[in-house]
Amino acid sequence: MKSVSLLLALGLGAAVIAGASCGGNPPPQTPVPNADSAAAAERARQDSAAAAQAERDRQARAEADRIARQREADSIAALARGSEEVRNTLAAMIHFDLDKSNVRSDDMGMLDQKVAILQANPNLRIRIGGHCDERGSDEYNLALGNRRAQSAKQYLVSHGIDASRIETQSWGEERPLVNGHDESAWSQNRRDEFEVTSGGDNLRRP
Amino acid sequence: MGADFALDVTAAGDTTVATLHDIAAAGIRRTVRAKLPRPGDPDFRQAVHRLADQALQAALGTPGIAATRILFVKDGKVYQIDQDGAEQKLVSSTDRQAMSPAWGADGQHFAYMEFQAGKGWLYLQEMATGKRTAVSTTGTALDFTPAFSPDGQTLAFSRATEEGTDLYTINIKNNCCLRRLTVGRFSDNLSPTFSPDGQRMAFVSTRPGLPQIYVMAADGTDQQLFAPFDYGVTGASNAPEWSPDGQSVAFHRDVAGTLQVFVLDVRTRTVRQLTSVGRNEDPTWAPDSRHLAFVSDRSGYRQLWIIDLDTGRIRPLLQQSGARLPAWSPRLSEAPSSTP
Repeated sequence: MKSVSLLLALGLGAAVIAGASCGGNPPPQTPVPNADSAAAAERARQDSAAAAQAERDRQARAEADRIARQREADSIAALARGSEEVRNTLAAMIHFDLDKSNVRSDDMGMLDQKVAILQANPNLRIRIGGHCDERGSDEYNLALGNRRAQSAKQYLVSHGIDASRIETQSWGEERPLVNGHDESAWSQNRRDEFEVTSGGDNLRRP
Repeated sequence: MGADFALDVTAAGDTTVATLHDIAAAGIRRTVRAKLPRPGDPDFRQAVHRLADQALQAALGTPGIAATRILFVKDGKVYQIDQDGAEQKLVSSTDRQAMSPAWGADGQHFAYMEFQAGKGWLYLQEMATGKRTAVSTTGTALDFTPAFSPDGQTLAFSRATEEGTDLYTINIKNNCCLRRLTVGRFSDNLSPTFSPDGQRMAFVSTRPGLPQIYVMAADGTDQQLFAPFDYGVTGASNAPEWSPDGQSVAFHRDVAGTLQVFVLDVRTRTVRQLTSVGRNEDPTWAPDSRHLAFVSDRSGYRQLWIIDLDTGRIRPLLQQSGARLPAWSPRLSEAPSSTP
């Protein structure tokens, strides 16, 4: 609105000057701008600059906010990715030889990682589920699955994890991971699964 | 005719009369009378089966097994089916995985295990009403393989804990008196089965390294090897079931990488192998102690079969893939009245 009134004021001034120069031959006059209108123009100019500055400031703040929000979102996502990675490490299965329940040496590293995760997240509680392949006797496999879950629990406890944080269960051969009748399926089905029972939000890296 | 007996069935008013003729002796051996429900009545088939069992008893001295049912597991649920393959019915809950059905000696109750919240729960169920109750001490551990004592007072079962798997009993009449029968810190003890006099219990123990068949007094004392085996040669032995006549224990044993059904003679403690074709497991006795139902993949997929130990004849009970863990009932309900 201010810039419109400024234009009108200038236009009127110019018309007055033109009318004066056309009539007769008066002495040349240096046009003197109306003091009031000059001040108004100056005020308007200043107002306009301030407004522009305010707009720039506002945009800058909005941009800063947007960047801050993005950074926050990025860091939450990164945290979630880290948490997801920790969760995946925690959930990684270990496997067993036929009719055996001892932890294999090639699985000890995986259990060591779980020890570290449990130590870094003191509220975390887990359940270990022992599973078998289909070759053994159905009911005997419940006892064997129990031994498989217990041996992983014993490993974690012997590395400093409080036994009360670890539940165990056995599914025997009732929940195969892979439906097949060959060694490839059987070896994948002879396993311990690890699931979070509580304290699993925003898991910290060890 | 080549037959020893002929059965003549006639209707006399509301009573069905079955007359058993002894052909060799050229006379009537016995007449059995029964009031049968109308065909279509839910009890009609079982009533006819009971009549058939009576006729068989008249002919052979021991009753038949027509009026019996078999419980089994399929797709994680417990089903019942008549011994002739008819009237299949789901009996366990629909939303949880179940295993190991077992009959009470009265034929009116059965027990089974269900997976629930990381534990194994034992349930008792009334056959007639379907009413089920959790065993009072269950729900704290993985409890499995329930077995009723012959008097129906006690349930024996396996419980898996941190120390391994051990046998327990509980009084199910008074919901009390949980007792631990085995203490196997470095072995598993499971799959109990009572002798029909209730004095002893056969079970599986891994104390020799591999699971083998053991026996003990019902109070847990005097534990000893039951089915002989050659150390380092004989395969794992599992799933024992004591025969109703008390003379045998059926079980399965790993032979050359697959499972076969064996029978232990309780008196002589000798074993004989009954099957050799395919994988054969989880035998369960018919009440006549002459037939066994078991799981076999001899036809290409696992299903239930029945073997007649006298003749060696084997026939399929079901044409359904995936049926397993069968449990054969005692003779069901009262026999119809008869005249000598």
